Amino acid sequence: MSDTDAGSKAVLPDELHGEPLELQMGPSHPATHGTVRISLKLDGERILWSDVQVGYLHRGFEKECEAGEYAQAIPYTDRLNYASPIINNVGYCLAVEKLFGVEVPPRGQYLRTIASEISRLSDHFTCLGAGAMELAAMTPFLYCMQAREHMWDLHEALCGARVTTNYVRIGGLQSDAPDGFAALCREKLAAALAIFADVERMLTENPIFRDRLEGTGIASADTLIAYGVTGPLLRAAGVPLDLRRTQPYLVYDQLDFDVPIGKTGDNYDRYLVRVEEIRQSVRIIEQALAALPEGPVDVDDPRLRLPPKGRVFNRMEELIDQFKMVTEGARPPAGEVYQAVEGANGELGFYIVSNGSGRPWKCRCRSPSFSNTQVLSEMVQGALLADVVPTFDMINMIGGECDR
Amino acid sequence: MTETLLTTLTSQALEGIVDVTETHGDVVVRVLPAALIDVCTALRDDPAFAFNFLMDVTAVDYPGCDPRFEVVYHLYSLALNHRVRLKVGAPEAAPRVPSVTAVWPGANWLERETYDMYGIQFDGHPDLRRIYLYEEFEGHPLRKDYPKEKRQPLVTRADVEPAQQRRQRERDSERYGRW
Repeated sequence: MSDTDAGSKAVLPDELHGEPLELQMGPSHPATHGTVRISLKLDGERILWSDVQVGYLHRGFEKECEAGEYAQAIPYTDRLNYASPIINNVGYCLAVEKLFGVEVPPRGQYLRTIASEISRLSDHFTCLGAGAMELAAMTPFLYCMQAREHMWDLHEALCGARVTTNYVRIGGLQSDAPDGFAALCREKLAAALAIFADVERMLTENPIFRDRLEGTGIASADTLIAYGVTGPLLRAAGVPLDLRRTQPYLVYDQLDFDVPIGKTGDNYDRYLVRVEEIRQSVRIIEQALAALPEGPVDVDDPRLRLPPKGRVFNRMEELIDQFKMVTEGARPPAGEVYQAVEGANGELGFYIVSNGSGRPWKCRCRSPSFSNTQVLSEMVQGALLADVVPTFDMINMIGGECDR
Repeated sequence: MTETLLTTLTSQALEGIVDVTETHGDVVVRVLPAALIDVCTALRDDPAFAFNFLMDVTAVDYPGCDPRFEVVYHLYSLALNHRVRLKVGAPEAAPRVPSVTAVWPGANWLERETYDMYGIQFDGHPDLRRIYLYEEFEGHPLRKDYPKEKRQPLVTRADVEPAQQRRQRERDSERYGRW
Protein backbone atom coordinates (compact mmCIF):
# COMPACT_ATOMS: atom_id res chain seq x y z
CA MET A 1 0.00 0.00 0.00
CA SER A 2 1.42 3.40 -0.95
CA ASP A 3 1.83 6.36 1.35
CA THR A 4 -1.00 8.35 -0.21
CA ASP A 5 -3.44 5.53 0.44
CA ALA A 6 -2.44 5.35 4.08
CA GLY A 7 -3.84 8.84 4.64
CA SER A 8 -7.35 7.87 3.60
CA LYS A 9 -7.37 4.74 5.70
CA ALA A 10 -9.87 6.19 8.15
CA VAL A 11 -12.59 6.48 5.49
CA LEU A 12 -13.78 2.91 5.47
CA PRO A 13 -16.30 2.88 2.58
CA ASP A 14 -13.75 4.28 0.10
CA GLU A 15 -11.22 1.80 1.29
CA LEU A 16 -13.63 -1.06 0.77
CA HIS A 17 -14.54 0.21 -2.64
CA GLY A 18 -11.02 -0.05 -3.92
CA GLU A 19 -10.56 0.10 -7.62
CA PRO A 20 -12.75 -1.34 -10.38
CA LEU A 21 -12.23 -4.89 -11.49
CA GLU A 22 -10.91 -5.26 -14.98
CA LEU A 23 -12.31 -8.19 -16.88
CA GLN A 24 -11.55 -9.34 -20.39
CA MET A 25 -14.34 -11.34 -22.00
CA GLY A 26 -12.95 -13.15 -25.00
CA PRO A 27 -11.55 -13.18 -27.67
CA SER A 28 -12.58 -16.78 -27.22
CA HIS A 29 -15.23 -17.01 -24.59
CA PRO A 30 -17.71 -19.87 -24.15
CA ALA A 31 -20.63 -17.50 -23.68
CA THR A 32 -20.16 -15.45 -26.82
CA HIS A 33 -20.72 -16.78 -30.30
CA GLY A 34 -18.27 -14.84 -32.38
CA THR A 35 -14.66 -13.98 -31.82
CA VAL A 36 -14.68 -10.66 -30.04
CA ARG A 37 -13.08 -9.21 -26.96
CA ILE A 38 -15.07 -7.14 -24.53
CA SER A 39 -12.95 -5.21 -22.03
CA LEU A 40 -14.98 -4.42 -18.97
CA LYS A 41 -14.48 -2.36 -15.84
CA LEU A 42 -16.72 -3.55 -13.10
CA ASP A 43 -17.88 -2.20 -9.80
CA GLY A 44 -19.00 -5.42 -8.19
CA GLU A 45 -21.24 -6.78 -10.92
CA ARG A 46 -22.13 -3.38 -12.40
CA ILE A 47 -20.50 -2.40 -15.64
CA LEU A 48 -18.79 0.97 -15.33
CA TRP A 49 -17.20 1.02 -18.73
CA SER A 50 -16.79 -1.34 -21.62
CA ASP A 51 -14.88 -1.42 -24.86
CA VAL A 52 -15.71 -3.86 -27.62
CA GLN A 53 -12.70 -4.89 -29.68
CA VAL A 54 -13.35 -6.49 -33.03
CA GLY A 55 -11.07 -7.56 -35.85
CA TYR A 56 -10.11 -11.08 -34.85
CA LEU A 57 -11.58 -12.43 -38.07
CA HIS A 58 -10.31 -9.64 -40.29
CA ARG A 59 -9.02 -11.12 -43.52
CA GLY A 60 -8.99 -8.21 -45.95
CA PHE A 61 -12.23 -8.87 -47.82
CA GLU A 62 -12.04 -5.60 -49.72
CA LYS A 63 -8.38 -5.98 -50.68
CA GLU A 64 -9.03 -9.49 -51.96
CA CYS A 65 -12.02 -8.32 -53.99
CA GLU A 66 -9.95 -5.57 -55.61
CA ALA A 67 -7.34 -8.12 -56.64
CA GLY A 68 -9.72 -10.47 -58.45
CA GLU A 69 -12.35 -10.35 -61.14
CA TYR A 70 -15.92 -9.47 -60.29
CA ALA A 71 -17.08 -13.08 -60.30
CA GLN A 72 -14.17 -14.14 -58.10
CA ALA A 73 -15.50 -12.06 -55.23
CA ILE A 74 -18.68 -14.12 -54.91
CA PRO A 75 -17.10 -16.94 -52.84
CA TYR A 76 -15.69 -14.32 -50.48
CA THR A 77 -19.17 -12.96 -49.89
CA ASP A 78 -20.25 -16.40 -48.62
CA ARG A 79 -17.84 -15.94 -45.78
CA LEU A 80 -19.23 -12.59 -44.67
CA ASN A 81 -22.27 -13.73 -42.77
CA TYR A 82 -21.69 -17.45 -42.90
CA ALA A 83 -24.99 -18.15 -41.19
CA SER A 84 -26.91 -16.68 -44.14
CA PRO A 85 -24.51 -16.90 -47.10
CA ILE A 86 -26.98 -16.61 -49.96
CA ILE A 87 -28.21 -13.18 -48.86
CA ASN A 88 -24.63 -11.92 -49.21
CA ASN A 89 -24.31 -13.52 -52.66
CA VAL A 90 -27.54 -11.84 -53.72
CA GLY A 91 -26.52 -8.43 -52.36
CA TYR A 92 -23.19 -8.44 -54.16
CA CYS A 93 -24.57 -9.70 -57.45
CA LEU A 94 -27.43 -7.18 -57.40
CA ALA A 95 -24.85 -4.41 -56.95
CA VAL A 96 -22.78 -5.57 -59.93
CA GLU A 97 -25.92 -6.04 -62.02
CA LYS A 98 -26.92 -2.48 -61.17
CA LEU A 99 -23.58 -1.34 -62.62
CA PHE A 100 -24.36 -3.25 -65.82
CA GLY A 101 -27.95 -2.07 -65.78
CA VAL A 102 -29.41 -5.55 -66.20
CA GLU A 103 -32.08 -7.48 -64.34
CA VAL A 104 -32.32 -11.24 -64.12
CA PRO A 105 -35.43 -12.97 -65.53
CA PRO A 106 -38.42 -13.60 -63.23
CA ARG A 107 -37.56 -17.21 -62.44
CA GLY A 108 -34.08 -16.16 -61.36
CA GLN A 109 -35.53 -13.44 -59.18
CA TYR A 110 -37.99 -15.80 -57.52
CA LEU A 111 -35.31 -18.41 -56.87
CA ARG A 112 -33.05 -15.74 -55.38
CA THR A 113 -35.89 -14.65 -53.13
CA ILE A 114 -36.57 -18.21 -51.99
CA ALA A 115 -32.86 -18.88 -51.42
CA SER A 116 -32.47 -15.61 -49.46
CA GLU A 117 -35.31 -16.53 -47.16
CA ILE A 118 -33.92 -20.03 -46.62
CA SER A 119 -30.69 -18.36 -45.55
CA ARG A 120 -32.53 -15.95 -43.30
CA LEU A 121 -34.21 -18.89 -41.57
CA SER A 122 -30.83 -20.52 -41.12
CA ASP A 123 -29.48 -17.33 -39.56
CA HIS A 124 -32.39 -16.89 -37.17
CA PHE A 125 -32.22 -20.55 -36.09
CA THR A 126 -28.52 -20.06 -35.38
CA CYS A 127 -29.05 -16.85 -33.46
CA LEU A 128 -31.89 -18.13 -31.29
CA GLY A 129 -30.30 -21.52 -30.68
CA ALA A 130 -26.88 -20.17 -29.81
CA GLY A 131 -28.48 -17.42 -27.73
CA ALA A 132 -30.34 -19.99 -25.67
CA MET A 133 -27.25 -22.13 -25.28
CA GLU A 134 -25.25 -19.26 -23.91
CA LEU A 135 -27.94 -18.82 -21.29
CA ALA A 136 -27.33 -22.48 -20.40
CA ALA A 137 -30.28 -23.94 -22.31
CA MET A 138 -28.56 -26.71 -24.24
CA THR A 139 -31.60 -28.52 -25.62
CA PRO A 140 -33.06 -25.63 -27.65
CA PHE A 141 -29.63 -25.18 -29.20
CA LEU A 142 -29.54 -28.76 -30.43
CA TYR A 143 -33.11 -28.49 -31.70
CA CYS A 144 -32.29 -25.27 -33.55
CA MET A 145 -29.23 -26.87 -35.13
CA GLN A 146 -31.47 -29.71 -36.26
CA ALA A 147 -33.82 -27.19 -37.84
CA ARG A 148 -30.88 -25.43 -39.44
CA GLU A 149 -29.70 -28.71 -40.93
CA HIS A 150 -32.98 -28.83 -42.88
CA MET A 151 -32.24 -25.37 -44.27
CA TRP A 152 -28.75 -26.47 -45.20
CA ASP A 153 -30.25 -29.51 -46.95
CA LEU A 154 -32.06 -26.99 -49.12
CA HIS A 155 -28.84 -25.08 -49.76
CA GLU A 156 -27.32 -28.38 -50.79
CA ALA A 157 -30.20 -29.17 -53.13
CA LEU A 158 -29.80 -25.79 -54.80
CA CYS A 159 -26.05 -25.59 -55.20
CA GLY A 160 -24.34 -28.66 -53.76
CA ALA A 161 -22.78 -26.89 -50.80
CA ARG A 162 -24.25 -26.56 -47.35
CA VAL A 163 -22.51 -23.47 -45.98
CA THR A 164 -20.18 -21.88 -48.51
CA THR A 165 -22.87 -21.74 -51.13
CA ASN A 166 -21.43 -19.60 -53.95
CA TYR A 167 -24.87 -19.97 -55.51
CA VAL A 168 -25.73 -16.64 -57.09
CA ARG A 169 -23.92 -15.44 -60.20
CA ILE A 170 -23.65 -12.03 -61.77
CA GLY A 171 -26.62 -12.10 -64.10
CA GLY A 172 -28.21 -15.26 -62.81
CA LEU A 173 -27.66 -18.34 -60.75
CA GLN A 174 -25.15 -21.15 -60.69
CA SER A 175 -27.96 -23.48 -61.85
CA ASP A 176 -31.70 -23.78 -61.93
CA ALA A 177 -33.43 -25.47 -59.01
CA PRO A 178 -33.44 -29.28 -59.25
CA ASP A 179 -36.55 -31.27 -60.15
CA GLY A 180 -38.92 -31.60 -57.25
CA PHE A 181 -37.37 -28.69 -55.40
CA ALA A 182 -40.73 -27.19 -54.44
CA ALA A 183 -41.87 -30.42 -52.80
CA LEU A 184 -38.55 -30.86 -51.01
CA CYS A 185 -38.69 -27.25 -49.83
CA ARG A 186 -42.19 -27.65 -48.38
CA GLU A 187 -41.19 -30.89 -46.66
CA LYS A 188 -38.05 -29.39 -45.11
CA LEU A 189 -39.82 -26.24 -43.99
CA ALA A 190 -42.54 -28.27 -42.33
CA ALA A 191 -39.92 -30.39 -40.56
CA ALA A 192 -37.97 -27.33 -39.40
CA LEU A 193 -41.10 -25.58 -38.17
CA ALA A 194 -42.17 -28.66 -36.23
CA ILE A 195 -38.81 -28.69 -34.47
CA PHE A 196 -38.93 -24.96 -33.89
CA ALA A 197 -42.39 -25.24 -32.34
CA ASP A 198 -40.75 -27.31 -29.60
CA VAL A 199 -38.05 -24.69 -29.18
CA GLU A 200 -40.70 -22.04 -28.74
CA ARG A 201 -42.49 -24.14 -26.16
CA MET A 202 -39.23 -24.50 -24.27
CA LEU A 203 -38.21 -20.85 -24.41
CA THR A 204 -40.97 -18.30 -24.98
CA GLU A 205 -42.76 -18.76 -21.65
CA ASN A 206 -39.79 -20.16 -19.78
CA PRO A 207 -39.41 -18.04 -16.60
CA ILE A 208 -35.63 -18.41 -16.41
CA PHE A 209 -35.17 -17.50 -20.05
CA ARG A 210 -37.53 -14.54 -19.74
CA ASP A 211 -35.84 -13.28 -16.59
CA ARG A 212 -32.56 -13.08 -18.43
CA LEU A 213 -34.02 -11.33 -21.47
CA GLU A 214 -36.80 -9.10 -20.25
CA GLY A 215 -35.70 -5.58 -19.48
CA THR A 216 -32.06 -6.18 -20.36
CA GLY A 217 -30.05 -4.51 -23.06
CA ILE A 218 -32.69 -1.86 -23.69
CA ALA A 219 -31.85 0.81 -26.21
CA SER A 220 -34.27 3.44 -27.47
CA ALA A 221 -35.08 3.76 -31.15
CA ASP A 222 -33.35 7.17 -31.23
CA THR A 223 -30.11 5.74 -29.88
CA LEU A 224 -30.21 2.85 -32.33
CA ILE A 225 -30.86 5.17 -35.27
CA ALA A 226 -28.04 7.49 -34.21
CA TYR A 227 -25.71 4.50 -34.25
CA GLY A 228 -26.95 3.28 -37.62
CA VAL A 229 -28.41 0.07 -36.22
CA THR A 230 -30.84 -1.75 -38.53
CA GLY A 231 -32.56 -5.11 -38.74
CA PRO A 232 -34.30 -7.05 -35.95
CA LEU A 233 -32.63 -4.89 -33.28
CA LEU A 234 -34.23 -1.73 -34.62
CA ARG A 235 -37.55 -3.42 -35.33
CA ALA A 236 -37.66 -4.68 -31.74
CA ALA A 237 -37.49 -1.04 -30.67
CA GLY A 238 -40.65 -0.34 -32.67
CA VAL A 239 -39.28 0.99 -35.97
CA PRO A 240 -40.67 -1.00 -38.90
CA LEU A 241 -37.63 -0.52 -41.14
CA ASP A 242 -37.27 -3.48 -43.45
CA LEU A 243 -35.69 -2.95 -46.85
CA ARG A 244 -37.81 -5.73 -48.27
CA ARG A 245 -40.76 -3.43 -47.62
CA THR A 246 -39.36 0.12 -47.79
CA GLN A 247 -37.06 -0.24 -50.81
CA PRO A 248 -38.11 -3.57 -52.32
CA TYR A 249 -35.70 -5.52 -54.46
CA LEU A 250 -36.13 -8.89 -56.24
CA VAL A 251 -39.83 -9.78 -56.04
CA TYR A 252 -40.58 -8.81 -52.43
CA ASP A 253 -43.09 -6.19 -53.59
CA GLN A 254 -45.23 -8.97 -55.09
CA LEU A 255 -45.32 -11.05 -51.93
CA ASP A 256 -47.44 -10.61 -48.88
CA PHE A 257 -45.67 -10.59 -45.51
CA ASP A 258 -45.68 -8.66 -42.24
CA VAL A 259 -42.86 -6.73 -40.62
CA PRO A 260 -43.04 -7.62 -36.94
CA ILE A 261 -42.04 -4.92 -34.45
CA GLY A 262 -41.49 -4.89 -30.71
CA LYS A 263 -42.50 -2.41 -28.03
CA THR A 264 -39.77 -1.87 -25.47
CA GLY A 265 -36.66 -2.80 -27.41
CA ASP A 266 -35.29 -5.19 -24.81
CA ASN A 267 -33.72 -8.55 -25.49
CA TYR A 268 -37.00 -10.39 -25.16
CA ASP A 269 -38.54 -8.24 -27.89
CA ARG A 270 -35.56 -9.04 -30.09
CA TYR A 271 -36.19 -12.71 -29.48
CA LEU A 272 -39.91 -12.36 -30.28
CA VAL A 273 -39.23 -10.35 -33.44
CA ARG A 274 -36.92 -13.06 -34.73
CA VAL A 275 -39.42 -15.79 -33.88
CA GLU A 276 -42.08 -13.96 -35.85
CA GLU A 277 -39.68 -13.31 -38.74
CA ILE A 278 -39.18 -17.04 -39.02
CA ARG A 279 -42.90 -17.45 -39.66
CA GLN A 280 -42.91 -14.57 -42.13
CA SER A 281 -39.97 -16.03 -44.04
CA VAL A 282 -41.83 -19.32 -44.35
CA ARG A 283 -44.84 -17.40 -45.66
CA ILE A 284 -42.65 -15.68 -48.24
CA ILE A 285 -41.13 -18.96 -49.40
CA GLU A 286 -44.54 -20.63 -49.71
CA GLN A 287 -45.91 -17.78 -51.82
CA ALA A 288 -42.79 -17.62 -53.97
CA LEU A 289 -42.90 -21.38 -54.57
CA ALA A 290 -46.55 -21.15 -55.60
CA ALA A 291 -45.83 -18.28 -57.97
CA LEU A 292 -42.50 -19.60 -59.28
CA PRO A 293 -42.59 -18.95 -63.05
CA GLU A 294 -41.03 -21.10 -65.73
CA GLY A 295 -38.26 -19.81 -67.93
CA PRO A 296 -34.55 -19.08 -67.82
CA VAL A 297 -32.75 -18.08 -64.61
CA ASP A 298 -29.89 -16.23 -66.33
CA VAL A 299 -29.90 -13.04 -68.35
CA ASP A 300 -29.19 -13.62 -72.00
CA ASP A 301 -26.18 -11.32 -72.12
CA PRO A 302 -22.72 -12.49 -73.21
CA ARG A 303 -21.12 -9.74 -71.11
CA LEU A 304 -22.26 -11.55 -67.98
CA ARG A 305 -22.95 -15.21 -68.54
CA LEU A 306 -21.13 -17.85 -70.53
CA PRO A 307 -23.00 -18.90 -73.67
CA PRO A 308 -24.25 -22.53 -73.79
CA LYS A 309 -21.54 -25.07 -74.57
CA GLY A 310 -23.26 -26.38 -77.70
CA ARG A 311 -23.20 -22.97 -79.33
CA VAL A 312 -19.62 -22.25 -78.26
CA PHE A 313 -18.37 -25.30 -80.14
CA ASN A 314 -20.31 -24.56 -83.32
CA ARG A 315 -20.51 -20.80 -83.73
CA MET A 316 -17.86 -18.13 -84.08
CA GLU A 317 -19.66 -15.36 -82.17
CA GLU A 318 -20.26 -17.45 -79.07
CA LEU A 319 -16.73 -18.80 -79.16
CA ILE A 320 -15.39 -15.23 -79.02
CA ASP A 321 -17.81 -14.36 -76.20
CA GLN A 322 -16.75 -17.41 -74.26
CA PHE A 323 -13.05 -16.63 -74.77
CA LYS A 324 -13.45 -13.02 -73.65
CA MET A 325 -15.53 -14.02 -70.67
CA VAL A 326 -13.02 -16.60 -69.48
CA THR A 327 -9.92 -14.48 -70.02
CA GLU A 328 -11.17 -11.07 -68.97
CA GLY A 329 -14.26 -11.70 -66.90
CA ALA A 330 -17.26 -9.44 -66.75
CA ARG A 331 -16.35 -5.80 -67.46
CA PRO A 332 -18.98 -3.40 -66.20
CA PRO A 333 -18.95 0.21 -67.43
CA ALA A 334 -17.16 2.76 -65.25
CA GLY A 335 -19.28 4.13 -62.46
CA GLU A 336 -20.29 3.48 -58.89
CA VAL A 337 -23.30 2.00 -57.18
CA TYR A 338 -24.61 1.34 -53.71
CA GLN A 339 -27.03 -1.54 -53.39
CA ALA A 340 -28.55 -2.55 -50.07
CA VAL A 341 -30.48 -5.68 -49.23
CA GLU A 342 -32.12 -6.74 -45.99
CA GLY A 343 -29.63 -9.11 -44.42
CA ALA A 344 -30.60 -11.32 -41.51
CA ASN A 345 -29.19 -8.69 -39.10
CA GLY A 346 -29.98 -5.51 -40.97
CA GLU A 347 -28.94 -3.49 -43.96
CA LEU A 348 -26.29 -5.26 -45.97
CA GLY A 349 -24.93 -2.82 -48.53
CA PHE A 350 -22.37 -3.10 -51.27
CA TYR A 351 -20.66 0.00 -52.62
CA ILE A 352 -18.78 -0.82 -55.80
CA VAL A 353 -16.61 1.54 -57.82
CA SER A 354 -15.75 0.40 -61.33
CA ASN A 355 -13.17 1.99 -63.60
CA GLY A 356 -14.32 -0.05 -66.58
CA SER A 357 -11.78 -2.84 -66.14
CA GLY A 358 -12.48 -6.45 -65.20
CA ARG A 359 -11.64 -5.87 -61.55
CA PRO A 360 -13.51 -3.73 -59.06
CA TRP A 361 -11.61 -0.59 -58.15
CA LYS A 362 -13.34 -0.62 -54.80
CA CYS A 363 -15.69 -3.17 -53.31
CA ARG A 364 -17.03 -2.06 -49.99
CA CYS A 365 -19.35 -4.10 -47.82
CA ARG A 366 -21.50 -2.22 -45.35
CA SER A 367 -22.11 -4.99 -42.88
CA PRO A 368 -24.96 -4.79 -40.39
CA SER A 369 -23.03 -6.63 -37.67
CA PHE A 370 -20.37 -3.93 -37.57
CA SER A 371 -22.78 -1.11 -36.84
CA ASN A 372 -24.88 -3.29 -34.55
CA THR A 373 -21.93 -4.43 -32.43
CA GLN A 374 -20.83 -0.85 -31.88
CA VAL A 375 -23.91 -0.15 -29.79
CA LEU A 376 -23.21 -2.99 -27.33
CA SER A 377 -21.24 -0.70 -25.00
CA GLU A 378 -24.18 1.68 -24.90
CA MET A 379 -26.64 -1.12 -24.15
CA VAL A 380 -24.77 -2.64 -21.24
CA GLN A 381 -23.60 0.58 -19.59
CA GLY A 382 -24.57 0.36 -15.93
CA ALA A 383 -26.07 -3.09 -16.35
CA LEU A 384 -25.01 -6.31 -14.68
CA LEU A 385 -22.20 -8.42 -16.06
CA ALA A 386 -24.64 -11.26 -16.70
CA ASP A 387 -26.63 -9.00 -19.04
CA VAL A 388 -23.74 -8.82 -21.49
CA VAL A 389 -24.38 -12.39 -22.58
CA PRO A 390 -28.05 -12.13 -23.67
CA THR A 391 -27.45 -8.67 -25.15
CA PHE A 392 -24.53 -9.89 -27.20
CA ASP A 393 -26.59 -12.92 -28.28
CA MET A 394 -29.46 -10.85 -29.52
CA ILE A 395 -27.16 -8.41 -31.34
CA ASN A 396 -26.05 -11.60 -33.10
CA MET A 397 -22.64 -10.35 -34.08
CA ILE A 398 -21.26 -12.55 -36.84
CA GLY A 399 -17.48 -12.29 -36.86
CA GLY A 400 -17.06 -12.94 -40.57
CA GLU A 401 -19.33 -10.07 -41.43
CA CYS A 402 -18.29 -7.65 -38.70
CA ASP A 403 -14.56 -8.06 -39.29
CA ARG A 404 -14.60 -8.81 -43.05
CA MET B 1 -38.11 10.10 -54.92
CA THR B 2 -34.62 10.68 -56.29
CA GLU B 3 -35.83 13.58 -58.47
CA THR B 4 -37.40 15.39 -55.53
CA LEU B 5 -34.24 15.07 -53.50
CA LEU B 6 -32.16 16.20 -56.44
CA THR B 7 -34.26 19.33 -57.02
CA THR B 8 -34.40 20.18 -53.31
CA LEU B 9 -30.65 19.84 -52.97
CA THR B 10 -30.01 21.96 -56.05
CA SER B 11 -32.51 24.67 -55.11
CA GLN B 12 -31.49 24.90 -51.44
CA ALA B 13 -27.84 25.46 -52.43
CA LEU B 14 -26.35 24.69 -49.02
CA GLU B 15 -23.06 26.41 -48.45
CA GLY B 16 -20.06 24.20 -49.09
CA ILE B 17 -21.67 21.93 -51.67
CA VAL B 18 -19.54 21.69 -54.78
CA ASP B 19 -22.01 19.90 -57.02
CA VAL B 20 -24.96 17.54 -57.03
CA THR B 21 -25.16 14.73 -59.55
CA GLU B 22 -27.07 11.53 -60.09
CA THR B 23 -25.67 8.14 -61.02
CA HIS B 24 -27.44 4.77 -61.20
CA GLY B 25 -30.37 6.19 -59.28
CA ASP B 26 -28.22 7.48 -56.42
CA VAL B 27 -27.79 11.17 -55.62
CA VAL B 28 -24.15 12.14 -55.14
CA VAL B 29 -23.14 15.35 -53.39
CA ARG B 30 -19.58 16.61 -53.33
CA VAL B 31 -18.83 18.71 -50.28
CA LEU B 32 -15.90 20.91 -49.25
CA PRO B 33 -14.13 19.46 -46.19
CA ALA B 34 -14.46 22.72 -44.25
CA ALA B 35 -18.24 22.67 -44.64
CA LEU B 36 -18.78 18.97 -43.96
CA ILE B 37 -20.12 19.29 -40.43
CA ASP B 38 -22.51 22.10 -41.37
CA VAL B 39 -23.79 20.24 -44.41
CA CYS B 40 -24.25 17.03 -42.42
CA THR B 41 -26.07 18.82 -39.61
CA ALA B 42 -28.34 20.51 -42.14
CA LEU B 43 -29.04 17.24 -43.94
CA ARG B 44 -29.91 15.58 -40.64
CA ASP B 45 -32.06 18.35 -39.16
CA ASP B 46 -33.80 19.91 -42.17
CA PRO B 47 -37.19 18.14 -42.54
CA ALA B 48 -36.80 18.30 -46.33
CA PHE B 49 -33.86 15.89 -46.03
CA ALA B 50 -34.19 14.23 -42.58
CA PHE B 51 -31.14 11.99 -43.01
CA ASN B 52 -31.18 10.42 -39.57
CA PHE B 53 -29.11 7.36 -40.56
CA LEU B 54 -25.43 7.33 -41.32
CA MET B 55 -25.19 3.96 -42.99
CA ASP B 56 -21.59 3.86 -44.06
CA VAL B 57 -18.30 5.71 -44.12
CA THR B 58 -15.48 4.58 -46.33
CA ALA B 59 -12.83 6.00 -48.62
CA VAL B 60 -11.63 5.40 -52.16
CA ASP B 61 -8.01 5.75 -53.20
CA TYR B 62 -7.29 7.34 -56.59
CA PRO B 63 -3.48 7.52 -56.82
CA GLY B 64 -2.26 10.31 -59.04
CA CYS B 65 -5.44 12.34 -58.66
CA ASP B 66 -5.78 15.49 -56.66
CA PRO B 67 -7.06 15.05 -54.01
CA ARG B 68 -5.92 11.45 -53.83
CA PHE B 69 -8.53 10.20 -51.36
CA GLU B 70 -12.25 10.53 -51.45
CA VAL B 71 -14.12 9.90 -48.21
CA VAL B 72 -17.59 8.57 -48.97
CA TYR B 73 -20.63 8.77 -46.68
CA HIS B 74 -23.91 6.98 -47.30
CA LEU B 75 -26.94 8.52 -45.63
CA TYR B 76 -30.48 7.24 -45.37
CA SER B 77 -33.65 8.94 -44.24
CA LEU B 78 -36.18 6.82 -42.41
CA ALA B 79 -38.99 9.37 -42.68
CA LEU B 80 -38.56 10.16 -46.38
CA ASN B 81 -37.08 6.81 -47.43
CA HIS B 82 -34.35 8.27 -49.61
CA ARG B 83 -30.59 8.01 -49.79
CA VAL B 84 -27.69 10.26 -50.61
CA ARG B 85 -23.96 9.80 -51.03
CA LEU B 86 -21.61 12.51 -49.76
CA LYS B 87 -18.05 12.81 -50.97
CA VAL B 88 -15.19 14.75 -49.47
CA GLY B 89 -11.69 14.96 -50.88
CA ALA B 90 -8.56 14.43 -48.78
CA PRO B 91 -5.10 15.32 -50.12
CA GLU B 92 -2.27 12.81 -50.27
CA ALA B 93 0.20 14.81 -48.15
CA ALA B 94 -1.91 15.06 -45.01
CA PRO B 95 -5.24 13.32 -45.52
CA ARG B 96 -7.63 14.69 -42.94
CA VAL B 97 -11.33 15.51 -42.84
CA PRO B 98 -13.56 16.62 -39.97
CA SER B 99 -15.19 13.84 -37.97
CA VAL B 100 -18.97 13.57 -38.07
CA THR B 101 -19.19 11.71 -34.76
CA ALA B 102 -20.88 14.76 -33.25
CA VAL B 103 -23.66 14.51 -35.83
CA TRP B 104 -24.06 10.71 -35.83
CA PRO B 105 -22.34 8.86 -32.95
CA GLY B 106 -22.36 5.76 -35.15
CA ALA B 107 -19.58 7.33 -37.22
CA ASN B 108 -17.16 6.38 -34.45
CA TRP B 109 -16.28 2.86 -35.59
CA LEU B 110 -16.78 3.61 -39.27
CA GLU B 111 -14.24 6.42 -39.14
CA ARG B 112 -11.86 4.28 -37.12
CA GLU B 113 -12.08 1.66 -39.84
CA THR B 114 -11.41 4.24 -42.56
CA TYR B 115 -8.44 5.51 -40.59
CA ASP B 116 -7.18 1.97 -40.12
CA MET B 117 -7.48 1.06 -43.79
CA TYR B 118 -6.54 4.35 -45.48
CA GLY B 119 -4.73 6.41 -42.87
CA ILE B 120 -7.14 9.29 -43.10
CA GLN B 121 -7.26 11.42 -39.96
CA PHE B 122 -10.65 12.48 -38.66
CA ASP B 123 -10.37 15.75 -36.76
CA GLY B 124 -12.46 15.80 -33.61
CA HIS B 125 -12.88 12.03 -33.39
CA PRO B 126 -13.03 11.05 -29.70
CA ASP B 127 -10.94 7.87 -29.95
CA LEU B 128 -9.19 7.51 -33.29
CA ARG B 129 -7.23 4.26 -33.16
CA ARG B 130 -7.01 1.20 -35.36
CA ILE B 131 -10.00 -1.08 -35.14
CA TYR B 132 -9.22 -4.26 -37.11
CA LEU B 133 -5.44 -4.28 -37.13
CA TYR B 134 -3.05 -4.09 -34.23
CA GLU B 135 -1.43 -0.82 -33.30
CA GLU B 136 2.05 -1.89 -34.44
CA PHE B 137 0.84 -2.63 -37.97
CA GLU B 138 2.85 -0.70 -40.55
CA GLY B 139 0.97 1.06 -43.33
CA HIS B 140 -2.66 1.19 -44.35
CA PRO B 141 -3.66 -1.89 -46.32
CA LEU B 142 -6.44 -0.59 -48.54
CA ARG B 143 -4.24 2.06 -50.10
CA LYS B 144 -3.49 1.10 -53.67
CA ASP B 145 0.26 1.30 -53.08
CA TYR B 146 0.10 -1.30 -50.31
CA PRO B 147 1.02 -4.64 -51.92
CA LYS B 148 -1.43 -7.44 -51.17
CA GLU B 149 1.34 -9.90 -50.34
CA LYS B 150 3.30 -7.54 -48.09
CA ARG B 151 4.51 -9.16 -44.90
CA GLN B 152 4.57 -7.37 -41.59
CA PRO B 153 7.49 -7.47 -39.14
CA LEU B 154 7.10 -9.86 -36.24
CA VAL B 155 5.99 -8.05 -33.13
CA THR B 156 7.09 -9.66 -29.90
CA ARG B 157 5.63 -9.26 -26.50
CA ALA B 158 8.62 -7.26 -25.32
CA ASP B 159 8.03 -4.75 -28.12
CA VAL B 160 4.46 -4.01 -27.26
CA GLU B 161 4.15 -4.38 -23.53
CA PRO B 162 5.52 -1.03 -22.31
CA ALA B 163 3.73 0.90 -25.02
CA GLN B 164 0.48 -0.95 -24.46
CA GLN B 165 0.59 -0.33 -20.75
CA ARG B 166 1.31 3.33 -21.28
CA ARG B 167 -1.58 3.66 -23.75
CA GLN B 168 -3.85 1.79 -21.40
CA ARG B 169 -2.97 4.14 -18.54
CA GLU B 170 -3.53 7.18 -20.72
CA ARG B 171 -6.90 5.94 -21.89
CA ASP B 172 -7.94 5.01 -18.40
CA SER B 173 -7.15 8.37 -16.92
CA GLU B 174 -8.79 10.11 -19.84
CA ARG B 175 -12.03 8.18 -19.78
CA TYR B 176 -12.22 7.38 -16.28
CA GLY B 177 -10.69 10.04 -14.09
CA ARG B 178 -9.08 9.06 -10.85
CA TRP B 179 -9.70 5.50 -9.79
